[in-house]
Amino acid sequence: MKLLRDQSAALRTRSPVAYPGGMARGSLRRALHLGLLATLPERVTDFVKFVLVVFAAIAVSPAPTFAGEGGRTAKPVIEIANPGKCIAPAEEMRRNHMEMLKHQRDRTLRQGVRGEPASLNACIECHASKKTGSVLGGNENFCQSCHSYAAVKLDCWDCHQPKAGFKATGVKP
Amino acid sequence: MTAPQIPDSNPRRAFIAAAGAGVAGLGFTVIAPGLHLMAVGQANAAEARKAGTVASPAVRWGLLIDANKCAPGCTKCIDACHTENGISEKLPDARQNSQWIRKIELVDRRNGRKTELPMMCQHCANPPCVDVCPTGASMKRADGIVLVDRHTCIGCRYCMMACPYKARSFVHAPLTQQNPEVPRGQGCVESCTLCVHRVDKGQQPACVESCPEGAMTFGDLNDPASAIAKRIASVPTTQVRADLRLNQGVRYEGI
Amino acid sequence: MLTPNPRHEEGLFYLLAAIGGLVSAIGLAAALYMEHSGHVVTGMNNQIVWGLPHVFAIFLIVAASGVLNVASMGSVFGRVLYKSRAPLSGLLALAMISGGLAIIMLDLGRADRLMVAATHFNPTSVFGWNVILYPVFYGLVAVYLWTMMERRMNPYSKAAGLATFVWRVVLTSGTGSIFAFLVARQAYGSALLAPMFIIMSFSWGLAVFIVVQATMYAWNGMTLPPLILQRLKNLLATFVAAVLYFTIILHLVNAYFAKNIAFEYFILFDSEFTVAFWLGQVLIGSLLPLALLFHPATRTKALWVNLAALLVIVGAYYQLHVFIIGGQAFPLDIFPGYNVKSSFFDGAVDSYSASLPEILLAVGGLGIAFTMTTIGVRVLHFLPQDDLAELEAAGGITD
Repeated sequence: MKLLRDQSAALRTRSPVAYPGGMARGSLRRALHLGLLATLPERVTDFVKFVLVVFAAIAVSPAPTFAGEGGRTAKPVIEIANPGKCIAPAEEMRRNHMEMLKHQRDRTLRQGVRGEPASLNACIECHASKKTGSVLGGNENFCQSCHSYAAVKLDCWDCHQPKAGFKATGVKP
Repeated sequence: MTAPQIPDSNPRRAFIAAAGAGVAGLGFTVIAPGLHLMAVGQANAAEARKAGTVASPAVRWGLLIDANKCAPGCTKCIDACHTENGISEKLPDARQNSQWIRKIELVDRRNGRKTELPMMCQHCANPPCVDVCPTGASMKRADGIVLVDRHTCIGCRYCMMACPYKARSFVHAPLTQQNPEVPRGQGCVESCTLCVHRVDKGQQPACVESCPEGAMTFGDLNDPASAIAKRIASVPTTQVRADLRLNQGVRYEGI
Repeated sequence: MLTPNPRHEEGLFYLLAAIGGLVSAIGLAAALYMEHSGHVVTGMNNQIVWGLPHVFAIFLIVAASGVLNVASMGSVFGRVLYKSRAPLSGLLALAMISGGLAIIMLDLGRADRLMVAATHFNPTSVFGWNVILYPVFYGLVAVYLWTMMERRMNPYSKAAGLATFVWRVVLTSGTGSIFAFLVARQAYGSALLAPMFIIMSFSWGLAVFIVVQATMYAWNGMTLPPLILQRLKNLLATFVAAVLYFTIILHLVNAYFAKNIAFEYFILFDSEFTVAFWLGQVLIGSLLPLALLFHPATRTKALWVNLAALLVIVGAYYQLHVFIIGGQAFPLDIFPGYNVKSSFFDGAVDSYSASLPEILLAVGGLGIAFTMTTIGVRVLHFLPQDDLAELEAAGGITD
């Protein structure tokens, strides 16, 4: 979460903000080279300047400090319960697990292909925390750990069950 | 003179698709929902489809429900469905709860005859929900099971407007109690999956298995040797709102 | 007419823009709340799946394409009177469609997946068609405005106007077809809905235009030349009458079919929508405006004509309420000839009352349209300026 903020702050500082508040009206018009703008009343250029000044103010506001070494963001804790059992080397899994899952999900849902090596439920069965039985819950839980470090939203768990061996129950309508 | 027969593979669909693709041609990419692979073999209700094979278009899964056998007041099929599919939410406004299957009590206005039957997604051959879905999330699998791909469902509810059977529910609140094999979540539309996760393993849908009266028969409508096909060939059965010509995979006896 | 001094006027503009911005921001916050908690915080349910946000959104979208009609009359049909009003009509079209689309998109169950609607396209879906119709409409109106406001581009304005006109007819047909293509519910599934939505858009769009134009004239201490008022009010009366005609035909045809009699009886005589239909849609939205626009005592007075336009807008809300909510409240006829009952409320008439978040979201969409209009008319030259001599010469009034 914090990293995301840091990155966007960094982006903002890098973006060129070359419009100081006191820029002359004529030069702004020339700079924009739009025939349309040349015919506009002055309040348009005032408005454009106002917007630019607001952006400039945001860009130069103090950026939060970077995480990195010794930063405040905890490094992901990856607990491997069954080493060597994964369907591919860790390096490949880290880089490509989302692609593998994405293609598998489409094949399973849309074409009915079952029993493929890549499977979200298989990930959970292996990687769920021994303590909580889940891949979510805190920064030491498998999925959440990395994803909160990388500030990538976890969309799977809005629908999928994050607990291993979970038995669902129903209610009477 | 007989009336012209309209085939199940509805030419209307192809026509509308062609018209729509014309509009789409204006600078937009058409991403056809789903990929196309060769179908392998023919599945059987009793055995699991082999790992790695796709659902076969030679199969059409269907359900035959005998309303004469459906016991008044019995909700075993509904309870089984809710347990199997992890439907456990109870919202303050009951109209916002999901119901994949429900018992309907019918009273014939002309003679007062009472009937009860379970109602769920009818798994149409020409499903209106699939036609209207803007993203192609509403889809029909090769073997006739109509599903919602929640990875691409944006929650517009147009399919709920289009379904003549009120078969679809919208998930109105966050969920946590899902069955690992039945993902479902907030903001998406859902409906009966014909227990696709069980069917692919060679099992029967939970409702069929739970019925103490044996009122529900599940099987391949395309296989003349299956129990369901034999029954349909020998006794009169009906499709609900057959006038709409949606050719449902779920059929009823005794209504 | 009161002419405020420039300082006050300046302050009033910022106040209006701030209010518009605040209403939009509150709408956005309400949408975030709905997104976070789920639609459980709304009054919508599994039977009435589209509620107040959709009523407002569809009004804004339909009126947006209709308000552009004023521009089309100028550019496509060469009416001088409307030509000077074309830029304002274009601005209003952009503002209203922005508000309407914002509501629709923010109401989605998964608004965060909006990109999916752009990357996955189902060619059989009318909704899918609309995903293409709206952005192109945006682009066309923007180009059209450019050709009108940039002198060097003026020669292309007629072509741009024609393209925009054709597209808006297609767009409104698309909006009407969202309902026309529904086989399930008795209220919808009629081919009549596509042309009806077009005529509705003419009526509501012109009504909005008249009200906005009146406000701008009052703001600048000007009076609309009576002859122009006369033309606009005649046109509005024609459109209002045409909408009423379509309404009558739609209900008559429906009531003639035995299978639909119960539904027609429900809407026309025996439901919470009965009052909304007769009082809101028919009386306030059609008969009263027609009376004001035709009665000798009121038809020449700007005040009454503006009031008639306002009533048309109020009537439009009731019409969509009856059409959208009423159409869903009536149960599906799954088993014709049977009385049905179930835990899923089969056979039961549903009722709907909007919750605060969805009201705020709906009003937020109006806020977006209002803010865009307010800033637009302030920043650019949108006030219609009529050269009466030229008008007379062109026969723009008398023809």
